[in-house]
Amino acid sequence: MRSRPHLHTSYSADQALMPTATKKVALATFLILAALAPIASSIPFYPDFLGNNDWMKLLSHVAIFGIGALGINLLTGVAGQVSLGHAFFMGLGAYVGVVFGAPSGDLWGWGLPMWIWLPMAGIIPAAIGLLVGPAAVRVRGLYLAFATLGLVFIGEWAWRNLKFITGGSFAGRRFPEFQLRMWKEEEPLVDFASDGVWLGFEISEEAKVYLLMLGLLVVATVLAKNLQRTRAGRAFQAIRDRDIAAEIMGVNEFKYKLMAFGISSAYAGVAGALFASFVGRQIPETWDLFLSVEFIAIILIGGAGTVSGALMGSAFVILLPRLVQDFTEWLSNVIADGEGLLASVADAVISVSPDDFGVVNILPGAGPGLSVFQLNQVLFGLLVILFMIFEPLGLYGIWLRIRNYWKGWPFTY
Amino acid sequence: MEILAQAEYSQLAGTIVSGLSLGTIYALLAMGFVIIFKATQVVNFAHGALATLGAFITAGVAVELNFPGRFLDLPPLLGWSISVVTALVLSALMGILLERVFLRPMVGEDLFSVAIVTLGMNVILMTIVTDYIGPDPRSMADPWGDASVDLGFVIIAHTEIAQFLVAAALVVLVGVFFRSRTGIAMRATAFDQEAARAQGVNVGAIFAIAWAIGAVLATVGGIFGSVYPRRIGVFPDTAFLVFRAFPAIILGGLDSVKGAVVGGLSVGLAEAAAGSYLNHPLFGTGFSGIVPYLVMMIVLFIRPYGIFGTAEVRRV
Repeated sequence: MRSRPHLHTSYSADQALMPTATKKVALATFLILAALAPIASSIPFYPDFLGNNDWMKLLSHVAIFGIGALGINLLTGVAGQVSLGHAFFMGLGAYVGVVFGAPSGDLWGWGLPMWIWLPMAGIIPAAIGLLVGPAAVRVRGLYLAFATLGLVFIGEWAWRNLKFITGGSFAGRRFPEFQLRMWKEEEPLVDFASDGVWLGFEISEEAKVYLLMLGLLVVATVLAKNLQRTRAGRAFQAIRDRDIAAEIMGVNEFKYKLMAFGISSAYAGVAGALFASFVGRQIPETWDLFLSVEFIAIILIGGAGTVSGALMGSAFVILLPRLVQDFTEWLSNVIADGEGLLASVADAVISVSPDDFGVVNILPGAGPGLSVFQLNQVLFGLLVILFMIFEPLGLYGIWLRIRNYWKGWPFTY
Repeated sequence: MEILAQAEYSQLAGTIVSGLSLGTIYALLAMGFVIIFKATQVVNFAHGALATLGAFITAGVAVELNFPGRFLDLPPLLGWSISVVTALVLSALMGILLERVFLRPMVGEDLFSVAIVTLGMNVILMTIVTDYIGPDPRSMADPWGDASVDLGFVIIAHTEIAQFLVAAALVVLVGVFFRSRTGIAMRATAFDQEAARAQGVNVGAIFAIAWAIGAVLATVGGIFGSVYPRRIGVFPDTAFLVFRAFPAIILGGLDSVKGAVVGGLSVGLAEAAAGSYLNHPLFGTGFSGIVPYLVMMIVLFIRPYGIFGTAEVRRV
């Protein structure tokens, strides 16, 4: 039984979240390792750099975008409703969070604790999602993508003009910090916004935030994974695969499309509020079309319709710029070190001075090439295209192929 | 009629002129988009990049390369027209190349996957063109500059007159094209690619022609979007013109060329009207910019396939 992952002898076994022991062990190991990342330097054989503060920040970023990606995955990947409006709902969540959570001052803020503002950042976008949902349900396919694209632009106008909430164009405002309080008392119960000592370990602010995000991501993932095997989850997939057939079989299309909109907006709102507070200060221009495109790209690169794909995709999209940056820095060090074939190849790729010709610039304004940031943008676009052409199932599809190769090894024909 | 003062007349006339001039740009962009969509089943989110890149190529040919001015001493209008035609040819080639490299492998995939490929194309092209344009807008070096005619009740820029003439000519040309042999082949391809192929239509060539036409129309729209009354030159945000043209496309229906023209003009008029009449502080700044989207969402709610679009027949 253990060696036959697809042999199910009961319905509950077929529906199990963790069908095999291997999966259980692998996941538990991964979670323990992820939770231990902040104290990486005191564990043997564990890559030290993961415990650095900037890597803690990157991994928190991955977790937050992972939560957002689970939302868009539910709507676009599972229920098949293509939405470019994710950025709108993220912005909405962020501003709901800040109105509830930020201390009152020149801008609106009620100074309520995190256990209120974070759920509200999910509930209110969900309500708005249900409100605009009926209009969206009428609109099908690509027309829906265009309608939700309109939502992003209307949202941007609203954020720029609601100055008493958002702080106005290119000014922005500070978002509430991650602090757990019972009510409005001075000392927070758990303070994620300053360094401290937990369980005898020195722990930095970044590491605390990372652990918080990891926890929230685990909760969000379990909820999303569970949803897919409920009645509603099966209805979503039926609508995605053949909407008329689903209706004929008794799936209430209107109800379930609306539900998908609501839940996806709730995920987006929470992710938006977390992201805004994580960065600290956000301008209204953050919630633009590119953010929506980024989320669509995350689920496509990861593998649309799969929970693990959404998470792999966000890790890939967030970590790629960092890897590219490290790589270009390494290449420029190679040039600086001196001669040899490698150095001349690197020199052709990178321009280090204004009259040097290369594809990538290290210094701002040096040569005609792209900056590292722009190189990342180009790679991002290229990856989206390549994944769509060569592996529509994304990273999940690649993983499937690797797994299937080893399943039959050494008889892989 | 005395109730309407002279000033109100000229405000109305000015609104109509600026609305029509905006509308013709939207109509050109929307027409290119719809032709690409109908002929090749590609929803081209990179249309904004095509417009920006086309206008940038025009600026490059007319200013940096100074073609044909560096070889011949021609009158400004003729010289500039030659530069523009050269740039249009280059843009058309670029359109063909993009289709061949990125979209030909996707033939037969579902609309959404293909749309995502064009989103990726948009990111790449916009990043590169932004890098090359740099911080300052590139001048189009058009022969009209900021000259205008005063008709007493309204002032029209020379660029706007040129734009109306060019747009009208292009609409007629597209109409004539669809009645030509190639145009009929394109309509057949739009109807059913396989059946058209079976009838001896070279579907690949039709795709190339559609992309060439789309790129040319986008470039013309991009050029007129980057001259006097609107801008002082190409800027990366020329691409946003196309995002505003999407409502025009939807309004007319994704697959209707006639709808694209009607939609473009009406969205342009609506935007200009909102810009000049809705200036109550409640609307805040930049309200006219979202009017196209509001119109689009209302139209979609009433008619989910646009005004001229064909309702999809839903089959199991």
